[in-house]
Amino acid sequence: MPKNASIRKVLMIGSGPIVIGQAAEFDYAGAQACRVLRDEGVNVVLVNSNPATIMTDQHLADEIYLEPLNAETVRRIIEKERPDGLLAGLGGQTALTLAMQLSRDGTLAQYGVRLLGSPIEAIEKAEDREQFRDTMRRIGQPCVPSEIAETLTDALAAAQKIGYPVIVRPAYTLGGSGGGIAQDESEMKVIAQAGLDASPITQILVEKCISGWKEIEFETMRDALGNVIAVCSMENVDPVGVHTGDSVVVAPALTLSDKEYQMLRTASLKMIEAIGIVGGCNCQFALNPDSFEYAVIEVNPRVSRSSALASKATGYPIAKITTRIALGYTLDEIANDITGKTCACFEPALDYVVVKFPKWPFDKFHGSSRRLGTQMKATGEVMAIGQSFPEALMKAVRGAEISLDTLNAPAVSDADIFTRLAAQDDRRLFTVFEALKKGITPDEIFEITRIDRWFLYQLQGMAELETRIQKTGLMEGDYAQLKRLGYPDSAIRRLFGANDLPAWPFSYKMVDTCAAEFAAETPYFYSCPAGDCESRALKRSGKPVVIVLGSGPIRIGQGIEFDYSSVHCVWTLREMGYDVVIINNNPETVSTDYDTADRLYFEPLYAEDVMKIIDVEKPIGVVVAFGGQTAIKLTKFLDEHGVRILGTSAESIDIAEDRERFDKLLEQFGIRRPRGMGVRTLEEAVSVAEELGYPVLLRPSYVIGGQNMTISRTKEHTVAYMEKILAGGIDNPVLIDQYLPGIELEVDVISDGTDVLIPGITDVLIPGIMEHIERAGIHSGDSIAVYPPYNLNDVFLRKICDCSEKLALALGTKGLVNIQYLIYNNELYVIEVNPRASRTVPYTTMNYTLLK
Amino acid sequence: MAYLVLSNGKIFEGRRIGAPVDRVGELVFTTGMEGYLETLTDPSYFGQIVTHTFPLIGNYGVIEEDFEGKSALFGYIVRELCGHPSNFRSQYALNDYLVRQDIPGLCGVDTRQIVRITREEGVMNAMICDRIPQDLSALKAFRVLSAVQSVTCKEKKEYPALGEEKYRVALLDYGAKRSIIRSLQRRGCRVTVWPADTTAEALLKSDPDGVMLSNGPGDPKENVACIEEIKKLLGQKPLFGICLGHQLTALAMGGDTVKLKYGHRGGNQPVKDLTTGRTWITSQNHGYAVVADSLKGKGIETFVNANDGSCEGMAYPEKNCFTVQFHPEACSGPQDTGFLFDRFIDMMGGKDHA
Repeated sequence: MPKNASIRKVLMIGSGPIVIGQAAEFDYAGAQACRVLRDEGVNVVLVNSNPATIMTDQHLADEIYLEPLNAETVRRIIEKERPDGLLAGLGGQTALTLAMQLSRDGTLAQYGVRLLGSPIEAIEKAEDREQFRDTMRRIGQPCVPSEIAETLTDALAAAQKIGYPVIVRPAYTLGGSGGGIAQDESEMKVIAQAGLDASPITQILVEKCISGWKEIEFETMRDALGNVIAVCSMENVDPVGVHTGDSVVVAPALTLSDKEYQMLRTASLKMIEAIGIVGGCNCQFALNPDSFEYAVIEVNPRVSRSSALASKATGYPIAKITTRIALGYTLDEIANDITGKTCACFEPALDYVVVKFPKWPFDKFHGSSRRLGTQMKATGEVMAIGQSFPEALMKAVRGAEISLDTLNAPAVSDADIFTRLAAQDDRRLFTVFEALKKGITPDEIFEITRIDRWFLYQLQGMAELETRIQKTGLMEGDYAQLKRLGYPDSAIRRLFGANDLPAWPFSYKMVDTCAAEFAAETPYFYSCPAGDCESRALKRSGKPVVIVLGSGPIRIGQGIEFDYSSVHCVWTLREMGYDVVIINNNPETVSTDYDTADRLYFEPLYAEDVMKIIDVEKPIGVVVAFGGQTAIKLTKFLDEHGVRILGTSAESIDIAEDRERFDKLLEQFGIRRPRGMGVRTLEEAVSVAEELGYPVLLRPSYVIGGQNMTISRTKEHTVAYMEKILAGGIDNPVLIDQYLPGIELEVDVISDGTDVLIPGITDVLIPGIMEHIERAGIHSGDSIAVYPPYNLNDVFLRKICDCSEKLALALGTKGLVNIQYLIYNNELYVIEVNPRASRTVPYTTMNYTLLK
Repeated sequence: MAYLVLSNGKIFEGRRIGAPVDRVGELVFTTGMEGYLETLTDPSYFGQIVTHTFPLIGNYGVIEEDFEGKSALFGYIVRELCGHPSNFRSQYALNDYLVRQDIPGLCGVDTRQIVRITREEGVMNAMICDRIPQDLSALKAFRVLSAVQSVTCKEKKEYPALGEEKYRVALLDYGAKRSIIRSLQRRGCRVTVWPADTTAEALLKSDPDGVMLSNGPGDPKENVACIEEIKKLLGQKPLFGICLGHQLTALAMGGDTVKLKYGHRGGNQPVKDLTTGRTWITSQNHGYAVVADSLKGKGIETFVNANDGSCEGMAYPEKNCFTVQFHPEACSGPQDTGFLFDRFIDMMGGKDHA
């Protein structure tokens, strides 16, 4: 079926603000969809409340509404824009729920708007628990025994009938929020009530707990003609009971025989056919590890977080294809972009292993429960590609920016190893590794964790090798073996005291959807420690090469805003005629789309990995300014290795980040800052705090998002804080400042080294200044910010502009710099300077564009 | 250190797995990500050194009930062979099987590079060896010969229907996968498996309701006698051919076959049904293909490969016969086209398949 020509204008609903369970992946999906629609000559009307996204960029849509995502607003937009179709399957649960509301209340029918992609009946069949179970029963697919409850009394009765333990899943919520596992009636009372409260329709599912079974997912695709494919299988390393968003996930499934794999694949395809999905769909199963028994967990009738992962893991652009299908195309009519020759109606063949590792926020929130369950806690994730499970896992771990480059991690509690193994927390993988090193057998660990023995055997191999080399030192062949297992040189030096390591060039292989069966036109690369290098063999354009470093996993303080900036940097450099390479490891982003840069390396943003790519690509320079602290952290290393940093120099970055050097600079200009010092010991900290006078602000340097920042009012608090920080070991000093409860402002400044632009100033006379509503001490990322500033008088305005200009020039800024100010008792103070793009850049950009 | 020497002179290093013997074979690759046991035991790989593009092989060890037949392949190339399998049905590690079956192999090989070379230069011979030979002439001279004779059963064998027996099928074994037999048994067929050199006369004498022509290895044109017998079978009984059975039928109908540059092997090949417009994901393992143009006026092309347009299925309505190049019995690979067996069942029940 060719494209439906009656669709000329489409309303696309975005996913709104980033929340746990619904993050950057929907910007990636939405941006892809917008591009496809525009390529097809369709008029795109976009509504999204989150401006820090690529999809809300001027050139991705014809009309952009930065409006709240509720039925009333969207109805008004429909009334005004009169679109022919509504595309809701790419904006997460938020968009899907809105589409259902608009369908139910008759808006779509009233204005003749067609819901593109899966029809409303299909969405209901998948989302409504009762309809879903009826459908599954009809086609003979087993569901987990469960009951629907709308009151606490019903919920308790249902749990009694099914038998404890039970899982509570609220209807129509994201990332399983509000749910949990109840072991008995007293727990059930609390969890069921919370679930009912969390559900917008006050409905929960009480389900038999099948914790401990394998959790297997299939990303599937179906067109209106009925063609169906399974794009990718995924296996959760953690068994059922840990939310898939919080589990280490491998792709493809690694422990299934063909009989098991095909049983679940066939079930997936039957399910999406029975439901009537048109587009991408995610199917989750629980598989009994001791038999062929399985149960359907759920079906997501839309593009999801797993779709983003599956897309990046295979090279198959699920969001793009879903959009084409929504426009009426069938799978066999759509080309596979990567090969350019074959069609999209096929199933990708992987010749590598993918590991996804979640990024949790526990490092920012000490004291919160690290236990993982049915409610997702991760804010982001990294993906790594390797030729073996250990290699991919090691890449994922060092790319997750959790201060680890191996699986050896200090325990987070004093509890004995068996208690910690049972804890089901974010550290479990490392606890398992520790247990294996202590000689606890895979069988014992399996009994506690229910992690498939295959993964445990793989880890055991690594643990035994480490233990042996620590005894014997590196023997012949060991280094090669360690490289095959993914150990970086830094870890090999540290763990084994090996100093003379040979130069070991990496090879780069392609992700091409087809295991090299066909030649690829737009592949991307991952490293492997041996073999033929397909990147070196690739014909280059001859244009000068620039490498842009991405910003890694989404975490608190470093979100999608940084990907926005990275992508714009790539686009601009391409326009300027450079051959642009991007390095990033976050599968949820636009920057890791295969056609954003000229070449993508799906690799950790880790010194050794980045350097090996530089060896191959030989860039004229590297851009670190848009990758947040992830990229900034690498500046010094790159500079020391003779790599040219484009934009603000490594030297200037160090001045801004180094407390003492920065203080000198401020003194030079007579600019005030809250008094403070960098300290390295507990004693220093206590005496400095007393000298400054309480309250004081304590934080480590070289971090982002106020990680471990605290306001201390007493000596006891300072001591406790320092003990905790020092226990983790520090490379850089802890900063102690006077705490001044004033008004906070931040300024984004652009400079070319001679001239300075504070966006807005030159032409519209409204400075690129945001004023924070909360007083200082509330982190800027948590503060409501207003643009333009609402109570700044001309004197301060001029002072800020003057001061910003001086600082920008003195730092030799080439590019963006973000300066945070404080006004306290009618005095202007500088809090900090970030010599890079900050999270406010997309906001400033969009406001500036609007004002123009 | 052991070697895989290609007939173009390219040498790959690896570590020995399986039987410690040197062997020459035709080097092919399969892109299936799971189902290595079915691949290893598929008689259609006779004479070939099979390379897995998926890097981790042996994860669930050996499960004998999943075997498709007796291993006939000549060599086995993987990136990583798993020594510690895990699965509730797993019986022993894969390497033990390779040793017992006298299959030599290598691991630690840059398998992706093998695929790239094969893709660019076409299928070629290769040798697994401990010492690199000076003279490659023996390697270059190797041909897969007497393939069907080497893998067909020696005596006929009966397989009862599962459940109520509705039909009796005579299956000509050119190297049949057990799943073809199982697919028929499950649909109420009693299956008699006959050696490949069985005459049409002997077969028809048993008065089956339908004849199944199985998959099998080698160049279809090598099977001159079989083709002659198929000519006599055509039009006598409902006839269904898979893979080699499809190619032999085409030759029996006066058509032609060609050797593909590097074949189709894996579980992700898209095949378009020209009757309905639907595209199906199929399991495939073949190095030769039917030339559809050579059968103009004699048969109808029913399926084509959506990637390269090669012939994937034919129907000969006048002969009450249809054949497919891909594997509807799956194992390994997708089960999506299992309905073709139902079509065959319908034909035996008197319904017209078209």
